Amino acid sequence: MAKKIAGVLTAVKKVRGGAKVPHRKNTAETEIVRIPTPSKVVIPMSMHIGAPCEPVVKVGDEVAVGQLIGDSDKFVSAPIHATVSGKVVEVGNVKLPNGTLSQAVTIESDGEMRLWDGIKPPKVETREDLIKAVRDSGLVGLGGAGFPTHVKLNFPPEKNIDTLVINAAECEPYITVDYRECIENSWDILSGVYTLKDILGFKQVIIAVEDNKPEAFKVLKAIADNKVDVKDEVKLMTLESKYPQGAEKMMVQSATGRQVPPGKLPADVGCVVMNVASVAFIARYLKTGKPLVSRSLTVDGSAIAQPKNVRVPIGTNIGEIIDFCGGFGEEPCKIITGGPMMGLSIVGTDLPVLKQNNAILAFSKSDAVLKPEKDCIRCGKCAAVCPMSLVPTNIVKAVKAKDVDMLNKVGVMVCMECGSCAFACPAGKPLVQHMRLAKSILREEAKK
Amino acid sequence: MVNGKLLTVSASPHVRSVQTTTKIMLDVIIALLPALAVSVVAFGPRVLLVCAVSVTCAILAEYASRKIMKRSTTIGDLSAIVTGLLVAFNMPSTIPFWMVGLGSIIAIVVVKQFFGGIGQNFANPAIVARIVLLLSFGAEMTSWVKPLTWKVDAVSTATTLASLKTGVTENLPSFGDMFLGMRAGCLGETCAAALIIGGIYLCIKKVIKPIIPLTYIGTVAVIMLLKSHGNLNFVAYELLSGGLLLGAIFMATDYSTSPINTKGKVIFGIGCGIITALIRMFASMTEGVSFAILIMNLLVPYIEKATTPKPFGTPKKEKKEAAKA
Repeated sequence: MAKKIAGVLTAVKKVRGGAKVPHRKNTAETEIVRIPTPSKVVIPMSMHIGAPCEPVVKVGDEVAVGQLIGDSDKFVSAPIHATVSGKVVEVGNVKLPNGTLSQAVTIESDGEMRLWDGIKPPKVETREDLIKAVRDSGLVGLGGAGFPTHVKLNFPPEKNIDTLVINAAECEPYITVDYRECIENSWDILSGVYTLKDILGFKQVIIAVEDNKPEAFKVLKAIADNKVDVKDEVKLMTLESKYPQGAEKMMVQSATGRQVPPGKLPADVGCVVMNVASVAFIARYLKTGKPLVSRSLTVDGSAIAQPKNVRVPIGTNIGEIIDFCGGFGEEPCKIITGGPMMGLSIVGTDLPVLKQNNAILAFSKSDAVLKPEKDCIRCGKCAAVCPMSLVPTNIVKAVKAKDVDMLNKVGVMVCMECGSCAFACPAGKPLVQHMRLAKSILREEAKK
Repeated sequence: MVNGKLLTVSASPHVRSVQTTTKIMLDVIIALLPALAVSVVAFGPRVLLVCAVSVTCAILAEYASRKIMKRSTTIGDLSAIVTGLLVAFNMPSTIPFWMVGLGSIIAIVVVKQFFGGIGQNFANPAIVARIVLLLSFGAEMTSWVKPLTWKVDAVSTATTLASLKTGVTENLPSFGDMFLGMRAGCLGETCAAALIIGGIYLCIKKVIKPIIPLTYIGTVAVIMLLKSHGNLNFVAYELLSGGLLLGAIFMATDYSTSPINTKGKVIFGIGCGIITALIRMFASMTEGVSFAILIMNLLVPYIEKATTPKPFGTPKKEKKEAAKA
């Protein structure tokens, strides 16, 4: 899998630093399989960045797959749909994987997965139609952040957005669902790209794949090269496999050479970055009108008996998904949602899968226990790997001294908590925690 | 909670590199071994005793000072062994045992632990130990052994640097001898070949970056080339003499006392080179490596301040303004 691809367009400008994290893409050759219909789903009303939705159904209502069950009148939000057919048995608070409480709708499945009658393909001719359709689909960034996609696409024309970057880097270890999406649904990806390019008027589209996924590259390139129309020109690019290549700012730099200034977004340098699974979903939604009710997940880690890529209804219980993958082969010591570099470690398996989750990883003791913390030896590895040119060890010093002036100078606010520094640190320092602490000190200070 | 057992919950990232402080220190020790082996051949088995005393004193001093200060024991990270070895490497093989022991204790207690232990020292412990001993016990610190004879012979064993300085060049060892370490000098500094092998090992293992050694040695080479009006022979002798290679590869690259970023490392290396060359050319001392590194150690905070990179994406204009302010 780690073979390099020769003779193709590679990054315009290489990303500085970055950590050589282990790939561990064990499930790369495992096709995505659909899990049996769960008996019950718990669908939180807050699965995105922005305003939470309000439930629009009540206990006792019969619902079908794709039926609206939660919505918000706020702009930065994404509607939520029933993911199984059945009866609403509870509307109340549940704990989310990150420990916060959210309203949720619990649906007891009737096992039929009956589609809602109201589902029909949207008519999309103008820009406004497309933004509305994407909003109605309930799509949020499927790469992990969960930012409502319609907000991202609704950029004002004066921003001069000329480039769409499709992110297929998938730089986190273990996760292979985006890779599988490229292999299994490559036509959807390209069809989504063509539609977005056509309607939103991007001058160029770049699909960027890390060079450890030559198969994905080959499949997408074959389709892109076979274009019927000249206006369907799409560039494919390979990027060096290093973490965090898939981070938005890194992606923009690699693909276009542009640097997003601190505190700004890719849109400020004329780019929109979308995850490859998100763009494929848009193509399917425009064809069928079926909103975001399921997603693919990589289930892996040393404690999982049979690692798999699975497609699950959103709101499925994590424990049920693990059971489908043969349960625990070894005693689990740590379970995380998302990748091992930025994922969230969870307190138990009785939690629902959210729209933006892309993996469930369970580790046995040997992988879960990290090296003990020692004193900093100032080796500078944290600074060498930081993609944002920060010097984490200096930030730690400023945090320990609660030195606000110093914290303002060291630029910690650009830190995206990618974890490269903590990964590289030979002294086992919890550097990401210090970065978070630094940011919260500065936020407190700003309030004063 | 799974099956009644609590799960570990921690902040990301959930994977860590295999590199640890102990492994880094072990790599440095391995890199020092070739030079030690050559030294035993050149100056006799007493070399091993000097090293043993130095390392033992370093470990005991570290253990005792941490205990007295009620801090955690840190001898497991092997850094005391590295310091002990480097102190020994900076001594002549004839050094009285109590003296090398004293050097180790100064290095560990005064320079390292008084300032907070590993990563906190402002100057290289072994360098300070060497300077203190050199200023206190000048005679013992400069009593050289003739290579392979294992005997002290003050007349014929003036160091190469002293000969170069006085212009007495008849008794200079051949290039081959210089390169293989068959010359008078401190026990760890003489064999260029072994030190370079150690340096390459450290670079391959990514323990150090070659920037400081290359800029340091390069700067000395350029200055000596200008001084001698292009006499390559002279330049080569200057580079292979004294403690330049040991200092540039193993002492100037010390993490705690050298800059973290590349630009800072270049400035640090060039600075060390200039000071070393100036001392060798104009001062009454024959060798300037220790003082050069010590002076640059003290300047590291300023170098760091001036060369810390601006965060990703900072516009060029702001960068210039920040540099002015």
